[in-house]
Amino acid sequence: MTNSSAVLNQKSFYEEGNTKAKSGLAAWIFSTDHKRIGLMYLSAIAIFFSVAAIIGIFMRLELISTGKDLMDAQTYNTLFTLHGVIMIFLFIIPGIPAVFGNFFLPLQLGARDVSFPRLNLFSFWIYITGAILVLLSLVLPGGPIDTGWTFYIPYSVRSGTNISLAIFAAFVLGFSSILTGINFITTVHRLRAPGMSWFKMPLFVWATYATAWIQIIATPVIAITIVLVIIERLFGVGIFDPSLGGDPILYQHLFWIYSHPAVYIMILPAMGVVSEIIPTFARRTIFGYKAIAISSLAIAFVGYLVWAHHMFTSGMSDTARWIFSLLTFLVALPSGVKVFNWVATMYKGSIDPKPPFLWVMNFIFLFSIGGLTGLVLGSLVTDVHLHDTYFVVAHFHYVMFGGTGTIFFAALYYWFPKIFGKMYNIKTANIGVALFFVAFNLLYFPKFILGYMGMPRRYYDFLPEFESLQFVSTVGSWLMLITLILIIWNLMHGILRGRKSESNPWGGVTLEWHTSSPPPLENFKVIPEVKHEPYDFSQLEDMKND
Amino acid sequence: MAHTEKKHHITPYSTYIIVWLALVIFTSITVTVAGISLGTYTLLVALFIAAIKSALVINIFMHIKFDESIFKVFLILSGTTLFVIFLLTFFDFLYR
Repeated sequence: MTNSSAVLNQKSFYEEGNTKAKSGLAAWIFSTDHKRIGLMYLSAIAIFFSVAAIIGIFMRLELISTGKDLMDAQTYNTLFTLHGVIMIFLFIIPGIPAVFGNFFLPLQLGARDVSFPRLNLFSFWIYITGAILVLLSLVLPGGPIDTGWTFYIPYSVRSGTNISLAIFAAFVLGFSSILTGINFITTVHRLRAPGMSWFKMPLFVWATYATAWIQIIATPVIAITIVLVIIERLFGVGIFDPSLGGDPILYQHLFWIYSHPAVYIMILPAMGVVSEIIPTFARRTIFGYKAIAISSLAIAFVGYLVWAHHMFTSGMSDTARWIFSLLTFLVALPSGVKVFNWVATMYKGSIDPKPPFLWVMNFIFLFSIGGLTGLVLGSLVTDVHLHDTYFVVAHFHYVMFGGTGTIFFAALYYWFPKIFGKMYNIKTANIGVALFFVAFNLLYFPKFILGYMGMPRRYYDFLPEFESLQFVSTVGSWLMLITLILIIWNLMHGILRGRKSESNPWGGVTLEWHTSSPPPLENFKVIPEVKHEPYDFSQLEDMKND
Repeated sequence: MAHTEKKHHITPYSTYIIVWLALVIFTSITVTVAGISLGTYTLLVALFIAAIKSALVINIFMHIKFDESIFKVFLILSGTTLFVIFLLTFFDFLYR
């Protein structure tokens, strides 16, 4: 295998690029190196996440007490729509696959790059184009959209805001997602290192592979739906709007046929990261490797069969309601397989509770709450009571922010020394994890109770009996803001002034840890030959001796 | 990975023309059936004809019939997913 000492004197990908320009902006924006593209995604996504988070803080400020505090109802409608659109389409869907998938998929496979490097760069620029279109929809005449991120019919056909442009932006972003998916699937099929059979692939690769299939199969559905909405808005063709003879429930079907699998585009790569971090910090091979690998594919498949659980109160048939409720419970099985296997991996392991591992502990706790409350919403009886309340908002944020968001940070903390060749302050990182846990629960747990009490989502005002819990949630948002600033500051300080890290500070054994940190331009001096299982820690001694 | 030169299948023009004519005929049938009142079955017949047309285009025009089996696996996977999506949507549409 390529050993670390052999590549110690190699130039890193920061020092050696593959563009005509040797340095400066052009060396990045025209680079087809998967690592540079991953970092460009990281920069863009970090900006969008910050913007959407700040919008969230303003929304919570408005909700600090009853009545109008900071903004009127229309502004609030616009803000919650923007918060959703930016977080979903610009942060959490591309998040882990685009940043860490791009950076680590070829490294973990033992490849020099993805199969189609130019297509990869093209995907990034399509993503940026989509983001620019979203921004344009805010400032052009007509004003920012106010429909919520779900663009439900008939309001989205009748609203005078820039719906057509905003959903066209989602259409464009979808293409970026599809092209990335095609690239990753081809890379996994064609560029695995010699000796790396399917069941020797790291579990992050398995998760990214399953995600790529969802990106390819599900995304065209939303693209077609968007085109139909635009046709309806521009030409008055009655497809979805009941006043024109259309079927609004058909829109919801089509929207969720994409958007529910999209939830798995968001969470599956995160589960892959968890499967990387736990064995490394428990110093133990993963328990149930094949079960975890296949459960990723199972989640990807079953994820297609449950979309209408978002529509239990929409007026669809009773037959469909009980069928989709039943199918929804099936998703819990492969998800449970993963969680139990992670916990079993830790059992009798030699646990080293470093920040990435602590983030994963946060994830297991928060995601379990998110997942189990999902079953409450998947049951017909309880969903009728809780539909469109804060309970849904809390569930969604526990799964998405507590799940994927938490693992985004875990992945950053885990692969930080590999990406930047430096180390952040461990103590500050630990404080960040602890504060995040407190802030998160303070911010979102009251919403479960508020939802149960009947507080509807997407309202800028509320009844006086909800005031105290709304206040607690707003205080949580302030603590969350402080925590995020601390986390980002620690990472930025690490990048700029952090001490130089060892090549393999955590003792990982997957292929990315077999090359220098940061890796050279084409990742490996010699393409490694895989002789071990992916989480066989007996090779660690050999790696040190090499 | 070793590359082996594979012989590409060349489809004669006559096959393309026959398939094109078949597509035109099937389109005419779809339009005709739409005018006959078959109730719920109108949609099923239209989907059935569309499926045959897709199979012709995929196999002949897109050369899948003559390509590696992995592409057939990919297509069957996508096609099955689409079928399941249709089937589940019909549990709403037919019983509403």
